[in-house]
Amino acid sequence: MANGVLVIFDQNAGDIRHVVLEMLTVARSLGKGPVTALTFGTDAAKTLPKLAEYGADRAVFWESYTQYSSDGFSAAIAQSFPQFDADVILFPANAWGKDLSARLSEVLGAGLATDCLHLEAEASGRVKAIRPVYAGKALAEVVINTPVQMFSLRPNINAAEVHHVNPEVLDIAPSVDPATFQAVVVERKEAQTGTIELTEADIIVSGGRGMKAPENFQLLDALAAALGAAVGSSRPVADEGWVPHSYHIGQTGKVVSPTVYFAIGISGAIQHLAGISGSKYIVAVNNDPEAPIFKVANYGIVGDLFEVVPRLTEEIKALKAQQ
Amino acid sequence: MKILVTVKQVPDTATKIQIRADGQGIHEEGIKWVINPYDEFAIEEALRIKEKHGGEVVVLALGPSRVEEAVRQSLAMGADRAVIVTTEGSVEPATAAHALAAICQQEGFDLIITGKQAVDDDSAQVGPMIAAGLGLPQVTVVIHLEVDEASKRLRAERELEGASEIVELPYPAVVTAQRGLNEPRYPTLPNIMKAKKKEVRRVTLESLSLPAQPWVTVNRLFEPPTRPEPTILSGDPAETAKELVRLLHNQAKVL
Ligand SMILES: Cc1cc2nc3c(=O)[nH]c(=O)nc-3n(C[C@H](O)[C@H](O)[C@H](O)COP(=O)(O)OP(=O)(O)OC[C@H]3O[C@@H](n4cnc5c(N)ncnc54)[C@H](O)[C@@H]3O)c2cc1C
Ligand SMILES: Nc1ncnc2c1ncn2[C@@H]1O[C@H](COP(=O)(O)O)[C@@H](O)[C@H]1O
Repeated sequence: MANGVLVIFDQNAGDIRHVVLEMLTVARSLGKGPVTALTFGTDAAKTLPKLAEYGADRAVFWESYTQYSSDGFSAAIAQSFPQFDADVILFPANAWGKDLSARLSEVLGAGLATDCLHLEAEASGRVKAIRPVYAGKALAEVVINTPVQMFSLRPNINAAEVHHVNPEVLDIAPSVDPATFQAVVVERKEAQTGTIELTEADIIVSGGRGMKAPENFQLLDALAAALGAAVGSSRPVADEGWVPHSYHIGQTGKVVSPTVYFAIGISGAIQHLAGISGSKYIVAVNNDPEAPIFKVANYGIVGDLFEVVPRLTEEIKALKAQQ
Repeated sequence: MKILVTVKQVPDTATKIQIRADGQGIHEEGIKWVINPYDEFAIEEALRIKEKHGGEVVVLALGPSRVEEAVRQSLAMGADRAVIVTTEGSVEPATAAHALAAICQQEGFDLIITGKQAVDDDSAQVGPMIAAGLGLPQVTVVIHLEVDEASKRLRAERELEGASEIVELPYPAVVTAQRGLNEPRYPTLPNIMKAKKKEVRRVTLESLSLPAQPWVTVNRLFEPPTRPEPTILSGDPAETAKELVRLLHNQAKVL
């Protein structure tokens, strides 16, 4: 009986997201059969060195699938599935992985747990997963009852551990002709280059209505530059157009899990907290000592952000200069 | 165009969640129930398509008797009629998708629009599962949608992390709505009155004879770990800034 783990992910010009390395580490930690990595598109095979470094026993590259199609990819994976020798499938819980995993779940008749924080194999081979529900206001322990168990993994929660192997590249060709794909990606619009993606950022500097005006976000850009951080925001400032919509963090925006989250001039409404509860450290700067953000913060400064933030930036620059 | 929109009733996003002592659910007393925020974008988009191309908008909901309120609100926004699949038990995404897909098949449609995710189970599964179950193409997390009736094709922009992509597909299809797709309208008083008289068909979940075994079982719900007592600094901005950086460097060891 198949007992391996299939790790399915997207790649771009041979680059893979950090979450893929986290997935490979989790896949190994389950202590099941071989870990097989499957990825798609031009330059898919260029991911091999990284897969070798993080412990993929086997790899499959479908380079002929240059344009993403949820129906095409899920049909092809389902047709080849017996050859992957797996009864657990892992996806990244990003837009790509959520789109494909949910569809594949129905095609394979396999239960799926979305956005898992933690996976653990039981003696029976069942995998127990912990996932947030109600936007992280509660956690759920779930198990999948179907023979094939599927999980998508939230980025930035699990460690990525180096484990050198020499992956065997399997010669399994996809059996679905791209000409039959129905929904097809025809164009990709990149955001500004050089910005760090919020859901993968290690440090985030986020501003709220306390910033008072769009031009004041320069203060946060400077702090973020000193820290090597990404910039985010509460919802109202994105709604006002002070910052792009992609900055919006919270229950109806992005869910982030950085090591450090700086909440600057953000009150800490429950919908905002829902997006940041996975942060290891929350640091708040707010001039209202009663602001709810201080109830969830690890560190806080009660003060005027316009006085505090520039000094923080200087202190961090000074620290980095010493290092 | 006949458009089906799935609407889930969920706790208001401002609700504090209280887990039952047995871990098998949440206390429902005092919860304010609302239309899932992403489903409001789905309803709005369906109404706009109908206004442009003509046709019908039918709301599909699944849940206990209280979901009627969310359904009436959807009808007050302008949907024409509704089908409610009634069940008192809690339902996992696969069962919801299979039940809703069965109703879609009964109804017939040109387009199905769901929310990108329900803000209670946060699964983001039901839309794609309906699509796969009915053999339809899908496009998820959509922030812009164009319908070409002549070629029966859709052109959609979907949001990715730090980027977006354009997807083209034929319809009938399933689209899942993301914030940014549109600005949902508020029901007007005359429409709230009209909504009371609109047709709501009820179907029991049992009558759909779906497989009994759920695909996913929630063993228990539990509280997220509480955060340790915070260290709050106040006083001179230069001093507090210096002290904060020292703490982050020496104590938390994250800088
Ligand atoms: C359905 C729904 C979904 C929502 N989803 C989200 C979501 O996903 N994300 C989200 O963020 N919100 C969301 N909201 C909105 C949320 O309820 C709050 O309104 C919002 O988070 C508040 O944003 P804020 O903290 O920037 O502004 P405010 O609440 O106005 O807080 C501003 C803070 O800045 C402080 N401040 C002011 N001046 C200074 C200064 N000079 N120095 C230091 N501090 C200062 C103030 O003390 C205050 O605490 C949602 C609401 C609803 C109804
Ligand atoms: N019980 C339900 N009744 C109606 N629609 C639902 C139900 N469950 C899920 N949906 C639809 O599917 C979307 C995604 O839900 P989920 O997969 O649970 O995150 C929601 O935004 C709804 O549009």
